[in-house]
Amino acid sequence: MQNWPSQIGYFMLNLTIVGLYGMLLSGIVARTLAKVQGRIGIPLYQPFLDLAKNLGKRTAVSHGVMFYLGPVFRLAGGIGTLAFVPVLYGSEIFGNFSMAGDLLLAMYFMFFGQLGMALGAGESGHPFSAIGIARGLGQMTAYEVPFALAIIAIVVQYDTLSITEIVAAQQGGIGNWTVFTNPLAVIAAMIAFLGMTAYPPFDVVMAPNEIPIGPPTEYHSSYLAMMTMNQAVFAGAKLILFMALFFGGATNLVELVIKTWAIYMVAVVVGAAFPRFRVDQSIRFFLRYPTLIGIAAIAYTQAVLLP
Amino acid sequence: MDMQKYALGPLPNDGLSAEDRDLFSDARPVPYEPYPVAVVEKFVNWVRANSLWLLAFGTGCGAIELNPLMTARFDAYRMGVQMRPTPRQSSVFIIGGYASVKTLKRIIRSYEQMQGPKFVVCLGICPINGGMYWDSYNTLNKFDEYLPVDLYITGCMPRPEVLMAGVLELKKKIKEGRADGANRYIENFEWYKANQKRVIKDWNMPDYNW
Repeated sequence: MQNWPSQIGYFMLNLTIVGLYGMLLSGIVARTLAKVQGRIGIPLYQPFLDLAKNLGKRTAVSHGVMFYLGPVFRLAGGIGTLAFVPVLYGSEIFGNFSMAGDLLLAMYFMFFGQLGMALGAGESGHPFSAIGIARGLGQMTAYEVPFALAIIAIVVQYDTLSITEIVAAQQGGIGNWTVFTNPLAVIAAMIAFLGMTAYPPFDVVMAPNEIPIGPPTEYHSSYLAMMTMNQAVFAGAKLILFMALFFGGATNLVELVIKTWAIYMVAVVVGAAFPRFRVDQSIRFFLRYPTLIGIAAIAYTQAVLLP
Repeated sequence: MDMQKYALGPLPNDGLSAEDRDLFSDARPVPYEPYPVAVVEKFVNWVRANSLWLLAFGTGCGAIELNPLMTARFDAYRMGVQMRPTPRQSSVFIIGGYASVKTLKRIIRSYEQMQGPKFVVCLGICPINGGMYWDSYNTLNKFDEYLPVDLYITGCMPRPEVLMAGVLELKKKIKEGRADGANRYIENFEWYKANQKRVIKDWNMPDYNW
């Protein structure tokens, strides 16, 4: 942190790249899903057009102070997650504000955006928003359990809370990746990842055709544009975090794109294949086998990896 | 259009009871100006034309023609058309066929909650002259007396192909900046409101649904 002005400049560059990549990724996914359904699908640049259109809307109404702050908190959550995750290992430009306890900070920021969103959408007063928030917070609490257990397992395994050191420990060949040294933790975390991305069968929060689009029902114009931007940054940050923790990190941008795309496709393939869970099914699902796998991962780490 | 007509102070909200009146805004809507730089306005219009979010509100029998538009056969997604379930986020309102008096109330509420620029497309013959319901006691014959219409697609019922042609036509109008229905509505606010209140007898909503 000696030269923080240039650090902030580098972080802005990272933010732009990850944001653009996240937007492009949502276009790629929409097109992939369209192919599954036998359609041509949207142009790849459609997410950018939608963003520009929402920014170019002429009118906007507000429902109060928290309604304004909801998207701001959410965007802060996305940017905060990215700020403490090193995008590329061993790179000064793409290192971000990586430090000793950044894993805890990143996990905190992942939670923070959702809470801000809950307050903002709650003030909009729409019943579907309230239902969506209740579902979202319930589901988040459920998938945080296997995710936290997986994180505890790998923290014990590598004996550090720094993401950079975890990536460093995985260098030197595919065999050193967490996915091969501690597969149980990665399975638990990847199931939690399915819940985080909110593709089917875990799309109970937005739930199209059920509670039309859930929390953002009343959000429009630039509020919605801000949330779209956050979605892109947050998706990118989450993918990079998972890649760094479980799949050996990346040392160049090509490797980053390939790995994050592959991780994201896990959620997309599962999403294309399964229908939606009910709310109670979704929440109970995370608290059963994924939680057991997470506990088993900690036991495996303690008993097999540490001695 | 003289500016006095819509700068007349707060809306009366006569239809609301005294305790409801506090819950709704009485601010008068104002028309929006184009961006001062012509190139920016042109670019934004192009973006608007390529990102049409339809309000998923089936107002009549013609709404059944909207569903095939999104399927593999017609796939309107490739033209930037998407369905949005909430009026706040959508920019195109398709009046699918006949509009009854009872539906008109909901149409007005939804339309006024949409954020400008917003466009109204009338599908089928009924919103133009009543069609086969021309002498019905509860069907509106000329829809553009109640809301400003940007595009008509005639037929009974129009096939999805015609609807797609209509979407392309609407895009052309938006790109040229000719789809200004939302501003016409506000500039002739009194006239539209008088027409709406003439047919809706139990007017128990605010004069403008913010």
